[in-house]
Amino acid sequence: SRRQMLVVDVPVLGVFSLVQNTSLADGGPMPNSPSSLVNQYRLEEEEEQPGADAKDFFITVDNPESHVTAIETFIMYRVVTKTTRSEFDSSEYEVRRRYQDFLWLRGRLEESHPTLIVHPLPEKFVMKGMVERFNDGFIETRRKALHRFLNKISEHPVLSYSQHFKVFLTAQELTSHRKQGPGFLSRMGETVRAVANSVRGLRSRPEEFSVMQEYVDHFSTKICSVDKVTQRIIKEQREYLDELRQYGPTYTQWAELEEDLAEPLKGVADCVERCSQETEEQIQQLSEVLVPALHEYVLCAETLKAVMRRRDNIQAEFEAKNEALASRKADQDAEEVDGLAERVEVANTTLKEDWSRWQKAMRTDLRSALISTTEKNVDYYEKVSLAMVCSQ
Amino acid sequence: MMMADSGSSEEVAVIGNTDITSTESENNIINTMVERGTALLKKMEINVAEAEKRTGKNTVNMQETYTVYLIETRPVEAVPEGGTPAAPDMLWRRYSEFELLRTYLLVTYPFIVIPPLPEKRAEFVWHKLSADNLDPDFVERRRVGLENFLLRVASHPLLSNDKIFFLFLTEEKGWRDAVLETGFQDKVDSRLKSLSAMFRVKNPDKRFTALKQYSDELNAVISQLLRVRAKVADRLYGVYKVHGNYGRVFSEWSAIEKEMGDGLQSAGHHMDTYAASIDDILEEEEHYADQLKEYLFYTDAVRSVCKKHELLQYELEMVAQDLAYKKQQREELATGTVRVFSLKGMTSKLFGQESQEQRESRLAALEQSIQEGEETVKEKNAECQEFVRTAWKDIERFKEQKDQDLREALISYAIMQISMCKKGIQVWSNAKECFNKM
Repeated sequence: SRRQMLVVDVPVLGVFSLVQNTSLADGGPMPNSPSSLVNQYRLEEEEEQPGADAKDFFITVDNPESHVTAIETFIMYRVVTKTTRSEFDSSEYEVRRRYQDFLWLRGRLEESHPTLIVHPLPEKFVMKGMVERFNDGFIETRRKALHRFLNKISEHPVLSYSQHFKVFLTAQELTSHRKQGPGFLSRMGETVRAVANSVRGLRSRPEEFSVMQEYVDHFSTKICSVDKVTQRIIKEQREYLDELRQYGPTYTQWAELEEDLAEPLKGVADCVERCSQETEEQIQQLSEVLVPALHEYVLCAETLKAVMRRRDNIQAEFEAKNEALASRKADQDAEEVDGLAERVEVANTTLKEDWSRWQKAMRTDLRSALISTTEKNVDYYEKVSLAMVCSQ
Repeated sequence: MMMADSGSSEEVAVIGNTDITSTESENNIINTMVERGTALLKKMEINVAEAEKRTGKNTVNMQETYTVYLIETRPVEAVPEGGTPAAPDMLWRRYSEFELLRTYLLVTYPFIVIPPLPEKRAEFVWHKLSADNLDPDFVERRRVGLENFLLRVASHPLLSNDKIFFLFLTEEKGWRDAVLETGFQDKVDSRLKSLSAMFRVKNPDKRFTALKQYSDELNAVISQLLRVRAKVADRLYGVYKVHGNYGRVFSEWSAIEKEMGDGLQSAGHHMDTYAASIDDILEEEEHYADQLKEYLFYTDAVRSVCKKHELLQYELEMVAQDLAYKKQQREELATGTVRVFSLKGMTSKLFGQESQEQRESRLAALEQSIQEGEETVKEKNAECQEFVRTAWKDIERFKEQKDQDLREALISYAIMQISMCKKGIQVWSNAKECFNKM
């Protein structure tokens, strides 16, 4: 049985349900829109990893609700988890999480696995386009991205076993967990060390990682370009739609003047109207399927760059200590150096494995988004064509 | 497949043939004109074959560049087995000569809806089309329009028999003189008067009043349609062309990918094809726009006929009114009552009655005037009725032609759109295949 929970740790001044409560009718996971449903299933179909048939996590993010406190206003999302993993005491959990909680989770995952490619989160707040933080469209886009994020983590062979992940999915109240673990200061220290090491520079980056770096740089520019082109297409389509909306009614106006010609003129008017509807759907598909997919990989590119930097830093740190040991400077602990050497090994291996995994996922995700676009376009032309045939 | 939803078999036959181009369908209209057949068209084939640039000195002795059009005429006769058709007669005309011909027809046949010429300057352009009169695309479309004009005149039961028209087609040098000799220019003023005058007609034929209103409304709606269509075309151009950027980016992206490379590369090519396809699509749509424009200009011709009717009706009413006035004067003079103010009446009041002699001579003059007046009214009335009869006959002919031509234009427009959709389906299906291979 399901319990609706309101997290009450601070006085709540009001609760507003902003988006339709998408209740899970049969207890199964149901992403909000049909198109993301399609994408979800495509992803599952084409997963080639062992044990993919046995998907052991079903996670949904839905039901955003606004919480108003004396200090701030924020959105809470409902996270429902169904799992068959033995590490979990129960098979079903329901919690409420806010964006900050997701940030925390991702931060901890990156921290624990610096050279794994952790799926990006949607951006904090998009200033461009003057999107309001509590705008329905913005919330919905974010909700979908958060949903994708958790599902990506749940499919990862390493990250899905993270303790932080488990806590995130199960703890009724997250704030106490967030206070544990390496504090802010120690994290600062690590960053400072990392910067210091990178300033020192790498002796030599292994060839395969140089190749990877080059790829990441190129990929980043290309995926940004595809994203921009797509946004431009949406803009042009919107302007086309505006003109179409003037065009159809003019035929209707003309039809009113005529007798024999009235019927064929009305036919064209209806056709243009149909065209308008279909164009609107095309715009919707682009905005809700292709753009989010491309945008995700724009963010991924940044993640990849960060992963490569961290790998470099790990290597640089080892090299620095190793040199110190060799030159007998200060009292450099040989054991520490061994530890760092192993750390480099582990970092490189995990990255290589995760890299090929990421590439596969990228191909799958982008392929399915692009195919969905082509299908929508074919559908558009078929429907318009049919309307034209019927009109005369 | 697609035809199942269509209505009559006639429509199916047309829609089924989705390969018909708009030029071909315009030719269908022309063929109908020829089939209906006037005596002229039965013996002569007419076409405007070419256009050429010329330079020469104009009337103010300045160098100018202009375009001339080649009119070919060929006798219609069976070609003997294995023989070649006879060489056509040819002459060159420039646009201003077509204009002169049309003005002549307008004043000579004021009761006929005279076919319009293609536009002098390109209007309702969308951004890519040049508004330059010397642009080859504009010249080509004008050539088609001029041919259409000649065929319309040649297929008109009355206009086709006109001598000046015949000479226009056959006599290059002497034609201008022949036109001027008809003295038609004297009537030009009258025509201008009828078009621009703001006179109030008491009893116009209601059909003409309704027709003028329809013509004005049609003019407004087609103008609007052409304007919006141009904007739609402009926007659609933008949508297609932006997809060309996909072509470039996918190609660049494919260079860094291994498994995805081929799929991306070929998808990119399809995007380029898609972007390029809009040029032909929009050029074909220009033919549709031209068909609409012809009827836009036709509304001016219709309006002109209505105005001529109004003028004649007005003139009739004026002479009738004049006659009525004179009759009233006669009555007053005969009975001695003064109902109508007149100077004579006043002066006779002031200076004494006029003599019997004077009255009788005045009465006689008035009788004469009345008789003349009655003749004038009779003539004017006959002229008016004849005009109404002949004009309405031609208007009925015109209405039928208009409905048929525009119906065909709308069908060919639908066919064009279907063809465009087919191309779209092709390109995006191909792109989908490429992405599948990624």
